[in-house]
Parts: sequence; C-alpha cells; structure tokens
Amino acid sequence: MKLLVCISKTPDTTAKIAFTNGDTEFNEEGVQFIMNPYDEWYALVRALELKEAAGGSVTIINVGTSANDAVIRKGLAIGADDAVRIDADPKSSYFVAKQIAAYAADKEFDVVLTGKETIDFNGSEVGGMIAEALDMPFISYATHLEMDGNVAKITRDIEGGAEVAEVSTPFTLSASKGLAEQRIPNMKGIMMSKRKPLNVVAPVEISDPSKVVGYTLPDAKESVKLVDPENMTELVRLLHEEAKVI
Amino acid sequence: MAKGAKEDRFKGHDYYNVDGLLSEDHLLARDAVRDWVKKEVSPIIEDYSNRAECPHHLFKGLAEIGAFGPSLPEQYGGGGMDEIAYGIIMQELERGDSGIRSMASVQGSLVMYPIYKFGSEEQRLKYLPKLGSGEFIGCFGLTEPDHGSNPSGMVTNIKDDGDHVILNGAKMWITNSPVADVAVVWAKDESGIIRGVIVEKGMPGFSAPEIHGKWSLRASITGELVFEDVRVPKSNILPGVQGLKGPLSCLSKARYGIAWGAIGAAMDCYDSALRYSLEREQFGKPLAGFQLTQKKLAEMITEITKAQLLAWRLGTMANEGKATPGQISMAKRNNVHMALEIAREARQIHGGMGITNEYPIMRHMMNLETVLTYEGTHDIHLLITGMDVTGINAFK
Ligand SMILES: Cc1cc2nc3c(=O)[nH]c(=O)nc-3n(C[C@H](O)[C@H](O)[C@H](O)COP(=O)(O)OP(=O)(O)OC[C@H]3O[C@@H](n4cnc5c(N)ncnc54)[C@H](O)[C@@H]3O)c2cc1C
Repeated sequence: MKLLVCISKTPDTTAKIAFTNGDTEFNEEGVQFIMNPYDEWYALVRALELKEAAGGSVTIINVGTSANDAVIRKGLAIGADDAVRIDADPKSSYFVAKQIAAYAADKEFDVVLTGKETIDFNGSEVGGMIAEALDMPFISYATHLEMDGNVAKITRDIEGGAEVAEVSTPFTLSASKGLAEQRIPNMKGIMMSKRKPLNVVAPVEISDPSKVVGYTLPDAKESVKLVDPENMTELVRLLHEEAKVI
Repeated sequence: MAKGAKEDRFKGHDYYNVDGLLSEDHLLARDAVRDWVKKEVSPIIEDYSNRAECPHHLFKGLAEIGAFGPSLPEQYGGGGMDEIAYGIIMQELERGDSGIRSMASVQGSLVMYPIYKFGSEEQRLKYLPKLGSGEFIGCFGLTEPDHGSNPSGMVTNIKDDGDHVILNGAKMWITNSPVADVAVVWAKDESGIIRGVIVEKGMPGFSAPEIHGKWSLRASITGELVFEDVRVPKSNILPGVQGLKGPLSCLSKARYGIAWGAIGAAMDCYDSALRYSLEREQFGKPLAGFQLTQKKLAEMITEITKAQLLAWRLGTMANEGKATPGQISMAKRNNVHMALEIAREARQIHGGMGITNEYPIMRHMMNLETVLTYEGTHDIHLLITGMDVTGINAFK
C-alpha cells in the first residue's frame, strides 16, 4: 500500500501569538515549532501501522521552506520511509492542497492522510481540497480505520455520535483523536532518519483566489467577578446587564 | 486526580541559547526523551519513590527509547550517537528522576561500556545486544563495605583454578544488583592486579541481597554482591584491561553523563519554583515579585546556564576523545553540587508545599544526596582537581 501523509508545522502550544506586517502575517519571531499533533500522532502513526500490517511505503509531504526540515526529520525518525518538501512559503490552504495534489497526481497513492486540522489556523480544509483536486472520496474526522484489501471501514465523528463509512482506495482522510496513539521516536529512528531521502521539489505555478486581509487577537479574558451567595439579585443583574445572557 | 498522576508542566530553560550549539540529532533526542519521561516517568515516579520501589517495567522502555549505551556502536546494541546526545539523554532522564537516570547510566556506561571497551569479541556479542535491548539487566561492582573512596584497597579476589577462577569477597551499594542478570565485578588476582570479571546470575555461591532503608534514590534498587567460592570461567574475565584504570575509565563515562544529568534535576526544580512563584500570591502579589525570590531565581538560572556551558564544552571535547578525567571530575562535582543547592532554594520558594510529593523538589533533593556521593564523592573530586592543579596527592 502506498501511503502519503501530509504534515504541517504549528507553533508550540505555549507560544505567544503576535502578528506583523500590518496584522496580515503571523509573527514567527521567537516561536518554537512542532509537528501538528493531528498529523503526527494520528495520521502518521495510523499510516505506519497500515504499512506494518500490509507492507508498502509511507511518504510524508510538507509544503514549506527549509525551516521545516527539523519537523520533517522528526516524521522520518518516527518511521516514515521518505519525505518530500515542496519548496514554497504557503499562504493558504488552497495553495498547500494544490501543491500536494500536483505532486501526488501521477504517484498512485492508495491513501492520502492529513490531520483533521492544524492547531494554529484550524482550517480543516487541506484534506478536502486535495481529495477534490485528485478526484478522490474524502472522509473527514476519522477516529477509527480498518482496511480489508482495498476497502476501508472508517468511523468518523459526527455531532453527538459516530458515522461508519466504507470506501475503497484511493481515498483521502483527515485524522481525529483516536485514530492511533502517539509514537515517540527512539534513538535508532533518529539516527536512521538521516539516511532516509528528503526530496525537495519546486512548487508548481498556482494563482491563489483568496488572500488574508488581517488577523486580530481575541479580547483579553476579563477577570472573574465574585458574587456573594446571599446576593442573588446582584447575580441576576450582572447576568442580565453585563453578560447579557439572560 | 490521583496523587502522583498530576500533570507534568515542565518546560525546558535555555537562557544562553545553548540549543544553538546543538545539532538536529541532539534536539530530536532531547525532545523524544523529554516526551518519554512525561509519558512514562512523571505519572508514576512519586508513587514508586514513596513506596521505595523500583519501576522495573521502565527497563524495557529505556531500552526501546534507546537510552542504554546510545554512544556505543550500533552492531553492539548501542545507538551510534555522539557523546553530547548521550549527555542530553541523561539530562532528560534525570529531569524525571535521578534513579531512572541511574538505571540507564549503570547499564550503558558501567556495564555495556567495559564489555565493549575491554571485552573479547565473543563477550561483546554474547552480552551487548541483550543489554542494549533490556533483555539483560547489568550492574557494576566496585565499592566494598570497607573500601568506598579508596577502591584500590579492595579485598574481593580471584584465584586460579584451571580454566576457571574462584571469586571471593563482597561488594556494597551496587545499583540494580538484586535484579541484575550480569555483574561486571572488579577483583584482585593473585598478584594483586585488579581485573574485571563478568559474573552471571545463578552461578553457585553468588547472591545479591537488597539494601533497604534508603531515603535517597528510592525508585532505584540497590544491593550487595556476595561471592562465596564462585567458580567463574576464565572466558568471563575482561581481557582488555588490568589495574584500576579499568573501573576508573568506566566511572569517567558515567560521571560525564551525571554532569549532564544533574542539569536536568536542577532545571526541574527551577522550572517548578519559577511557576510556583508566579502563581502563588502573598501580601497581595506573586512570590516572584519579591526581591528575595528574584535573587533566588536569578541565581538559579545563572548557575544552570553555567552548568550547561560546562557540560556542552565537555561534550565537544569528549566527542574529540580529549576530555580528561580531571575535566570530567570537575563537571560532575560542580553540576551536582549546583543542582543540590538549587533543589534547596527551590524547596524554600515552595514553602510548605515544597516538602510534599505534590512537587518534585524533595525527591530531587534527596536523590541528589546520593548523586553527590556516588561516582566519587564531592570531596574526592575536589582532591582530584587539587592534585591536578598542584601536582600534590592529598588523598593519603
Ligand atoms: C544509592 C547508591 C548507589 C550506588 N551504586 C554503586 C554502584 O552501582 N557500584 C559501585 O561500585 N558503587 C556504588 N555506590 C557506592 C558509591 O560509589 C560510594 O558510596 C562512594 O564511592 C563513597 O564511598 P563510601 O560510601 O564508602 O564513603 P567513604 O569512602 O567512607 O567516604 C565517607 C566520607 O569521607 C570522605 N573521604 C574519604 N576519603 C577521603 C580523603 N582521602 N580525603 C578527604 N575526605 C575523604 C568522603 O568524601 C566522604 O565524605 C553507590 C552508592 C549509593 C549511595
């Protein structure tokens, strides 16, 4: 089975978020980056498990500059066979999806896996766009996946429950929590990752129909107001006049 | 939430961008072991330490992550990494607990290293892959009841008996001995020359009773080694070394790892103290807002930074094969003492909470009392540096 896992970098969860360039760009200054957890813990690990069960290969792909090589190497250390980096600084999900689709178009991957979202932009778009561009079925928010030959039975999260879908290869899925369990790379994997290929590929020409106009930070959280338990009238007044919820 | 299962909020500290001196391998190794410690060690360590029980299941995990002999060649069960990677792994393990780091130090530096360095090819192939994979647990027997700082006075001995030797004597304070499958034991032959002997569990006359009642390194198992006319095949003698330099070169390896390890324990104490002092308020403001607290925190991060630079420089020299025993001794002494001082200051910052197992401080502090003493006591290391700079032996 040929598996392609899309991996992205995201700021570490403790990073301080700020913007530059007239609030049109995320300020990467001093920010630590990690591999997007949905890509790393669920999509990549499940792909490795499928390969371990049925043979084949796992390729990881990233659209980004050489600053992403450390994150890519971690993917190789966890167990991917080879890596592809499309050498561009992506500005939108559309751009990323189009680049990955252009690369994958003639490679005959059986399954393309992405995380359900990145934990920074939370777009949940790349997987669906890749599937569309490659004319494949797309199953989002997968929490469980079993393969039987070329047919996959996939459980996906839906509001208040789960849906079980069947789909045959080739297809694209986005991975949710539960699809697999985090694997920590070991020293052997780290050393082996140096010998695995990381192919840097030039991007294809794409005109991006969308562009980011600006970012804003959410309002700072207000401090907690303590109301005396005896003073119910005051609580009701605050809920009504300030919080405006009743 | 259950005691001991509280969230490990540790965050690394790097005031001088020492990360900038490290390679991608080092950073990957560091993050991997840090994740492993958060997943496997932090949730259980207070409980095991409290009960003075060794978490045996972690031997397998340490092997899987690659913590046993990471800088030994791959064909002998090692990881093929450099000395800085080894140091960083020890740092992250000791960030979790000095006892867990000790499990790895002994296995890698005190058991696998002498078999690799001084063993025959047959010995290497017989023992190293099994030690590297955690199938075998090893221990290192140098210290005796009456010979601690003065190992050259040892009385454990071997006598020729055809194709065997007869081993007699006793070793004391031996990490992992009650659970070990193999022991690298240092003993004098009939001409008084120190030799290394690989003793296997189950050899008649060999026992390894546990030492109880430790207030330090409680999650690490310690015992004796007792030899009563143990017949050991001559093929179990390490052919490659004679004399005290055998055990001393192993100690240099392990001390090197401890110089890094201590930084981990210190960082954990500092990290906890910094967070606590920002969250805890007295007199209407965070503890971190008081000058006396800031003095403590400022001194802590300064000392950690100096220790990091010492360890990094030692590591680059070790990679070139140029780190001297004197330089290693200095780093071990300085960094362990630094960690112990930081644990004590951090304990104060936590106030009463600092003496409980809600925080890692007292556990680190008690552990570090052992680390200050084993692998050469603090004072012995002062004498080593003293002798190095004056040329005068003040040991006797
Ligand atoms: C938990 C634990 C695990 C250990 N694991 C191992 C192990 O796996 N293998 C192993 O072989 N050993 C191990 N040790 C033993 C350790 O290395 C010794 O305890 C250490 O070398 C000190 O020896 P000692 O305890 O006999 O103290 P002593 O040598 O009796 O020293 C007592 C005090 O006297 C001081 N002193 C001694 N000589 C001098 C001198 N010439 N000048 C000035 N001061 C001096 C020392 O600095 C110390 O403060 C372990 C110890 C502990 C506590």
